[in-house]
Amino acid sequence: MKRLTLLLTLILGAYLIWSVEDLPEWGDPTSPASTYLSPHYIENIVEETSVPNLVTAILADYRGYDTMFETVVVFCAGLTVLTILRRTERKNKKVSTPRPQREGSDIILQNTARLLIPPMQLFALYVIAHGHHSPGGGFQGGVILGASFILLALSYDLKKTLKRFKESSMLFYSGLGVLIYAGIGVVCLLLGKNFLAYAAWSNFLGITELEAHSHGMLGVEIGVAITVMAIMFSLYADLASGGDLDEGL
Amino acid sequence: MDNVLTYIVSGYNYWAALILIMIGMYGMIAKNNLLKKVIGMSIFQSAIILFYISISYKSNASIPIIAHGHGVADHTAIDPNLYVNPLPHVLMLTAIVVGVATLGVALAVLQKIYRVHGTIEEDEILESIKE
Repeated sequence: MKRLTLLLTLILGAYLIWSVEDLPEWGDPTSPASTYLSPHYIENIVEETSVPNLVTAILADYRGYDTMFETVVVFCAGLTVLTILRRTERKNKKVSTPRPQREGSDIILQNTARLLIPPMQLFALYVIAHGHHSPGGGFQGGVILGASFILLALSYDLKKTLKRFKESSMLFYSGLGVLIYAGIGVVCLLLGKNFLAYAAWSNFLGITELEAHSHGMLGVEIGVAITVMAIMFSLYADLASGGDLDEGL
Repeated sequence: MDNVLTYIVSGYNYWAALILIMIGMYGMIAKNNLLKKVIGMSIFQSAIILFYISISYKSNASIPIIAHGHGVADHTAIDPNLYVNPLPHVLMLTAIVVGVATLGVALAVLQKIYRVHGTIEEDEILESIKE
């Protein structure tokens, strides 16, 4: 079996080596991938959306549908993990998954975490809010926020963290993020434009259409960040405790 | 010999992606432990991300954020050669998120399998199903 796989892998490798020759030269500005659509984005994005960060502008405006369903994918993954791992009959027969036991508490670790978590969360908010002008955005900021909760759970324990961020609120926030994103799109529909055409917000908010693009993107990024934060921590909590949400790692 | 070296060095990102794809594929098929298969899948995925990001690169180009692009556009032409291609970056950002989601679901399924069969070795699971 292993030899057969090695053979298969080598055949694939040989085929790929053969095709590397046809790939565009590395760093070539006239390669096919950089010729058709991407110059249009680079030349017109500031005029069309007033957002200098190309990645955020394409992600949240030009490819808004894609990102919306991306958020739904994250939401569904969180729900799936929860449904797979949750045990309803655990009171009758406790099948414990082997888990390293925690011995006491570590003062250095806990105090470092206490010092570190507030700046982490502030930085996450900065990454979300300033994602239009500097590297960042909803996914990145959401992951940093989720990581701050995971750090809290790792340095103290899962129970203490779950008191601050309950499972019911995890589910509430993960749904809320998707709802904010889709809601911004639906309001655009109600105001007489296409779904997720942020320019529709200009009359409603009393700003120019360009500014409305920028503000609409901020809105959907906030939605994305809330969902990603809640699901990241929910994934950790469920996987680390085998779905029981007891002591965790 | 010199030509071969120049050829390899001129596209070393492609070569790295290629080797990672081979490692990932071997891990996914040959390994007996399901967790190692999942790791192989992650390596394969990283290879594809590396490949896309390599394609977006342009020599002497900057990050895809327009310099001095704040506020209202001043209608000066922007040279596309000064910024790397942003589209692969966007696609890979979403691919990374899907990767995290699939990894989470895969780990949950593994935990469930371990709970039912007491092992995540493929052959032992097959035996346990036969019994």
